[in-house]
Amino acid sequence: MAISKFNYNSFNVTPVAGAALAFDADADGFSTATATSMVLIKTLTASSSATLSFVDGSSDVVLDNTYPVYMFKFINIHPATDGTAFSFQGNSSGGSGYNETITSSVFQAQHNESGSASSLSYVTSMDQANGTSFQQIGLSVGNDNDQSFVGSLFLFNPSSTTFVKHFSATTQEYYSSNYSKRYFTGGYFNTTSAIDEIQFKFASGNIDAGTIKLYGIKDS
Amino acid sequence: MALSKVDFNNINVTPAASKKLKFNSSANGFETGDVGGSLVLISTQTASSSSTISFTSGIDSTYDSYVFKFYDIHPATSSSLFTFQADTGTNTNYNQTITSTNFRAKHTEADGGTGLEYRTARDQAQGTAFQQISEGIENDNDSSLSGTLQIFSPSSDTFVKHFISRCNGMIVNPGTQETFCAGYFNTTTALTRFQFKMSSGNIDSGVIKLYGVT
Repeated sequence: MAISKFNYNSFNVTPVAGAALAFDADADGFSTATATSMVLIKTLTASSSATLSFVDGSSDVVLDNTYPVYMFKFINIHPATDGTAFSFQGNSSGGSGYNETITSSVFQAQHNESGSASSLSYVTSMDQANGTSFQQIGLSVGNDNDQSFVGSLFLFNPSSTTFVKHFSATTQEYYSSNYSKRYFTGGYFNTTSAIDEIQFKFASGNIDAGTIKLYGIKDS
Repeated sequence: MALSKVDFNNINVTPAASKKLKFNSSANGFETGDVGGSLVLISTQTASSSSTISFTSGIDSTYDSYVFKFYDIHPATSSSLFTFQADTGTNTNYNQTITSTNFRAKHTEADGGTGLEYRTARDQAQGTAFQQISEGIENDNDSSLSGTLQIFSPSSDTFVKHFISRCNGMIVNPGTQETFCAGYFNTTTALTRFQFKMSSGNIDSGVIKLYGVT
C-alpha cells in the first residue's frame, strides 16, 4: 500500500550525519540507518608522515568486534624515498612495537613500460614464515611526481580470541623502474589475541602523501 | 534533536521493512529502495557442526551481483576443503555444470613450500561437483579459513553465471594458502540457491554472510 499522505505527526528520528532515512523493521515507521553495509570509520591523510596508525579507541578509530571484516583502502600513496617498500603490521590488544607473528604468501603480475618484460611469479622476498617484520604489500614504489601506490587490504575478524587473523591484500604500484606491478598478498597474524592496532609505513623514508581509509563491513 | 514536523504532504511510496526512503532517479519524488554503491546484508548463517550451509532465499534479480563473505570457517575434519555449489528453482541437488580455474599461493610457517601454481585438481571442466575454493584446512583450535565469493547476475536467463572467489586458509603444514578460483555455471537458468560444505566432515564453526551489491 502506497503512502499517499504522510500522516505521522511525530517524525521521531534523530538526525545522524551521513545516515539515510530507513523504514523500520515493521515497515510502519522510520529510523535512521547508515546508507551502506560498508561504513567509513576513519580517513588518515599522509603529509610527510613516518607512519600512519589506526588504533582502536583513539581518534575515533574502531578496530574491535564492532565489525567482523575491516577494509583499508590506499589512495595514491607517494613515498618520499624512491623505490621503497610499503608495509603494515599490527599490535595485539595491550601490545606494542608492531611486531606480531605473520605467515604470508605474495605473488605478483608485472609488465614494464617498454613492453619487454612481463611475468606472473611468487615473490619470496616479500613473504614471511612466522616473521615479525612489517608485511610488505608493495615492493618498490617510485617517487616521481606521477608515481604512487593504491589498493585494498581486508582484515578478517581481528577481535577473535580463538582463531588466527587472516588478511588479504590486492595492491598496485608504479614500480620505481617504470613497471606496473600488481601484488596479491595473503596470510595471517599467528596469534589468538585480538588485533586492535594496525600501522602502515615505508621501509625507508616518510609517506610523502596519500590517503588511507578504514571501513567496517557491517555485521547486521 | 528529533524532527517533529515534516512538510511533505505527499510521499507516494510503499513501505518495505529496513529499506531506505530515497529520492527517485528524477529527483522529483521519493521511492523505497537501497542506496547505490553499497553492500546490503541479506542474511547470515552460523555453522555449528553443520554438514552444509544453504542460502535458499534472497538470491534473485534484485541485485546485479551477490557477495558471500565467510570468516573463521573451522572444519571438523583436518585437511578438508571448503566447497560450494548452486541450484535452480526449488531444486536441492546442487549439481549445476561448472567450468572453472583454480590457482594458489602458499607459504609455510617453517618458511617452506613457497609457490604459485595452477591447481588442476581443483578446477572443473563441465563438472557437476562442488567447486573447491580452498586447499585442505587444518582443524587445530586456532586454524580457520576466511574469504569472499562473488556471484554475478545469478538470475540471468541469457548468460552463464560467473563467479570469483579468493580465500585464505591455514593449511596443515602449517602455513598460509591463498586460493583464487573463478569460473561460471554453464546454465542460462537462474540460480536461486547456494550451498557450502567441507569436502569431508562438518563445518565445525564459522559464519557466512550474504550481501547484495547495489
